[in-house]
Amino acid sequence: MSPQKQATFRIWRGDRLGGEFRDYTAGVSEGMVVLDAVNHIQATQANDLACRWNCKAGKCGSCSAEINGLPKLMCMTRLSDLPLDQPVTVQPMKAFPAIKDLITDVSWNFRVKKNIKPFKPRSPDAPDGTWRMAQADIDRVQEFRKCIECFLCQDVCHVLRDHQKHEQFTGPRYLIYVAALEMHPLDTEDRIDELRNTQGIGYCNITKCCTKVCPESIQITDNAIIPLKERVVDRFYDPFGWIWRWMKKKSDRQSPNAVKR
Amino acid sequence: MIHAETTTLPQRSFGATMRTDGWWTQPLLVFLGLGTFIVYSTWAAFQGAHYFLGNYISPFYSPEFFGPSPHNWFGPKPAWWPAWLLFSPALLILWAPGGFRLTCYYYRGAYYKAFWADPPACTVGEPRKTYLGERSFPLIMQNVHRYFLYVALIFIAILATDVWKALWFADPVSGKTSFGIGVGTIVLAINVVLLGGYTFGCHSLRHLIGGFRDQLSKSTSCYRAYACVSCFNRRHMLWAWMSLFWVGFSDLYIRLCATGIWHDLRII
Repeated sequence: MSPQKQATFRIWRGDRLGGEFRDYTAGVSEGMVVLDAVNHIQATQANDLACRWNCKAGKCGSCSAEINGLPKLMCMTRLSDLPLDQPVTVQPMKAFPAIKDLITDVSWNFRVKKNIKPFKPRSPDAPDGTWRMAQADIDRVQEFRKCIECFLCQDVCHVLRDHQKHEQFTGPRYLIYVAALEMHPLDTEDRIDELRNTQGIGYCNITKCCTKVCPESIQITDNAIIPLKERVVDRFYDPFGWIWRWMKKKSDRQSPNAVKR
Repeated sequence: MIHAETTTLPQRSFGATMRTDGWWTQPLLVFLGLGTFIVYSTWAAFQGAHYFLGNYISPFYSPEFFGPSPHNWFGPKPAWWPAWLLFSPALLILWAPGGFRLTCYYYRGAYYKAFWADPPACTVGEPRKTYLGERSFPLIMQNVHRYFLYVALIFIAILATDVWKALWFADPVSGKTSFGIGVGTIVLAINVVLLGGYTFGCHSLRHLIGGFRDQLSKSTSCYRAYACVSCFNRRHMLWAWMSLFWVGFSDLYIRLCATGIWHDLRII
């Protein structure tokens, strides 16, 4: 029987005051993911290693980290996909303040969410207080509801990660959230002004890094951010759009039963 | 907005990353690909010669508003054209497809990385500390993209007309035109198909044709058009590169044939 293959894991150890990478060695077996190795190291070599995880199935979004420099879910990153002839680096998400070791404080995200105008449906379509929607209309926003809030997209976005624009830019996660509300066939709220002015959609320069790291394969840039950018163009940068809106408003005023476009 | 504390891990210097893969490959390929195209197309546009061969005209020079070829719309170089200003029929029109690609959502992301290192690649350190994004001048001008789209759609129709013209060959003796297909016809036809695939997958078109609606099902035509544009849009990057390569090759093919280095093969 051949001896078990060993791999070196270079894990960030520290807190908000600072830290360093420390090397640990762990055995590698078939089907192992990075989270298995981290849990093994925690159990056998570093009992004080802080690591957040929950479902181990890529659905809770808890074990987000940076593996070999790329934001990934630890539970979905197979060791067989990594070059094990060199140390595997595991570090916390860079875009958020560190708490301890691999755990970061992602509470900023939840505070951002509270500032987004909530869902505001039109009056019910039926006397029993229910609505009618076509599947074709809801298909588009259902993609955005797959988000597991792992915040890998927020972490990889250079606007937050490198330029620390947390006060001016909500990040890809919340642009998806706004898209899910804004494109919803029942919603009547208007979020376009906020998108441009306080949520800072103009900071996005379409590098598509958010789309690349999304574990749910949501087409964040193509299906959410760019369509929202186009809606901002309609409102603020397109003279034809201004004329169109003016004419639409006029015709809506003349027709009292106008419904949402 | 909400204030966040500074992260533990320090700001990285230019090019610094923990990535172990070849992250530099993609921006390098984009730099070389776009750079080669820009150099070649600029050179070709300034030539002002060898851009047509009988019923073929290079897509870099079509529509030819003024120029020496029989394809011109309004005659030769106008007399009022200033003597000190270099004249080439391509320079009158290339701003439109150039602007369309420059402001394209796909190319923006690609050249911000490859030419401006903003960022060089995902999770790779940037050379600058300040960042304005596309919300202030000059990049706020990228929002003009839909206007370039309108012109690009007209260009597709014009280039399709050029393919039609490329099907009719004049007899050198009698001067009578007859139907035919040459390799040049096929080159120009592929060019229109690829440019069409790129243009009809445009993100702005996807929005304007139906994406602006929240209730797409209310308009069957909008819904179908949106689905069709979305289909092209899913492979927008592929269409962008294929059409870029082929439009350059189409010009090169006609240029080499016009200079006698290559000979156009008549299939039918």
